[in-house]
Amino acid sequence: MTPDEIRETVLDILSDIAPDEDLSGLDPDRPFRDQLDMDSMDFLDIVMELRKRYRVQIPEEEYPALASMTSTVEYLTPRMKDIPKK
Amino acid sequence: MYDTLILGAGMSGLAAGIRLAHYDQRVCILERHTTVGGLNSFYRRHGRNFDVGLHALTNYAPKGDRQGPLARLLRQLRLRYDDLELAPQTGSRIAFPEVTLRFGNGLDLLREEVRRQFPDQADRFERLVASLAGYEDLGRAGTERSAREIVGLLLTDPLLIEMLFCPVLFYGGSRERDMEFGQFSILFRSIYLEGLARPRPGVRQVLKLLVRRFKQLGGQLRLRAGVCRIVLRGGAAQGVVLDDGTEIAARCVLSSIGWRETMRLCGVPAGDLPPAGQISFVESISVLDVPPARLGMNETAVFYNDSPAFHYARPDEAIDPRSGVVCSPDNFDYPTPAEENILRVTCLANYDRWAADAMRS
Ligand SMILES: Cc1cc2nc3c(=O)[nH]c(=O)nc-3n(C[C@H](O)[C@H](O)[C@H](O)COP(=O)(O)OP(=O)(O)OC[C@H]3O[C@@H](n4cnc5c(N)ncnc54)[C@H](O)[C@@H]3O)c2cc1C
Repeated sequence: MTPDEIRETVLDILSDIAPDEDLSGLDPDRPFRDQLDMDSMDFLDIVMELRKRYRVQIPEEEYPALASMTSTVEYLTPRMKDIPKK
Repeated sequence: MYDTLILGAGMSGLAAGIRLAHYDQRVCILERHTTVGGLNSFYRRHGRNFDVGLHALTNYAPKGDRQGPLARLLRQLRLRYDDLELAPQTGSRIAFPEVTLRFGNGLDLLREEVRRQFPDQADRFERLVASLAGYEDLGRAGTERSAREIVGLLLTDPLLIEMLFCPVLFYGGSRERDMEFGQFSILFRSIYLEGLARPRPGVRQVLKLLVRRFKQLGGQLRLRAGVCRIVLRGGAAQGVVLDDGTEIAARCVLSSIGWRETMRLCGVPAGDLPPAGQISFVESISVLDVPPARLGMNETAVFYNDSPAFHYARPDEAIDPRSGVVCSPDNFDYPTPAEENILRVTCLANYDRWAADAMRS
């Protein structure tokens, strides 16, 4: 997956987890927590969806890398570059 | 082999099933009854829909709120706000002899009413609101205290105390007279600070959404599948035995049928368990030929009591009409009038008497 495809994947997961949110105005550099009022349970849900859909394992100590869209894509790029987009 | 078996397809069991299925578990919900919903169920009779339990959904928040319990619940279950088709209440009332306290969604109306009817308690009331435990404190050490004791230290007018306890106990009191302060705080918030709303189609709307989501995720739901025993090995639950003798194995068993009943299914003799709670209700549902408002019932819910003291306890008689909840599903702020013409009256009851009568007939 390219960084753009990873971004789309993350958006896809976010729209499943928070179906009422309008994600079109998401600022990639601001934390999800501030923009979407996400709590630790929601982050766990993102991690779980990545694992379910793409078998990406993210150890708990690396969850902070998922803070914003930019940091998430950066973190996932080397880990998902060989995984085809579904 | 299932990862998790869940006992009971009430709202807790269904919600737990959805959460576990999100985490890729193989889950099966086992329900003894012929339908889902538990205490919040529904039935159909003579072409009409009737709700059991649910008068209103508490913890109301308008669309767009992201932090309250309703928003968190929706998000964790991945449901859309609009799917619930919520309509807020038109207003409710606590009616005691000579004094009435009205309340709506949000604290403003109740605060104003307390100020007007109990001026010397107004500041104390604010202190009570400020001292409520937060949702995240529920069950933590320090909340295991009597709500009556704590509220009695903050408010000094016994009538105001009784009036505030009336809806809280009716909507959340599983024990007689009093409840634990953490539980009181949760209910106080959910009723007075947040408020009441109703899914336009009734409770079936919520249940339909939960069942559909659970099944979409691959969860299994078995009705008429009562559990008569939880199988223990080395003190850990390893599966269950159904009423018809079938054994089902699982890595984990979750129970939503109450602590006492769960312990009984684990083989603890009934005599070693504390007695079951004494609170039961009887509700009569009347289908009227006019809207309830034409008979003077304009509010969503009226919590009434016929004397200054409120007796929340099991009556000796079959029913205790001295207090109760009168409510109507017609009286919510729907986009178009409901025209259900339904009036519901809920009172405390004596379960043993009703059970004995049912046996006789
Ligand atoms: C009269 C009344 C009015 C209420 N009004 C409201 C209201 O207006 N708003 C509100 O929010 N809440 C209301 N409540 C509270 C609400 O109904 C409950 O909090 C809620 O239904 C509890 O859900 P639950 O899933 O935890 O338990 P339950 O609904 O009790 O579900 C337990 C399920 O387990 C099943 N079961 C039990 N034993 C077994 C077994 N051995 N094997 C298999 N299945 C088993 C039962 O059949 C049941 O379906 C009301 C309750 C009552 C009684």
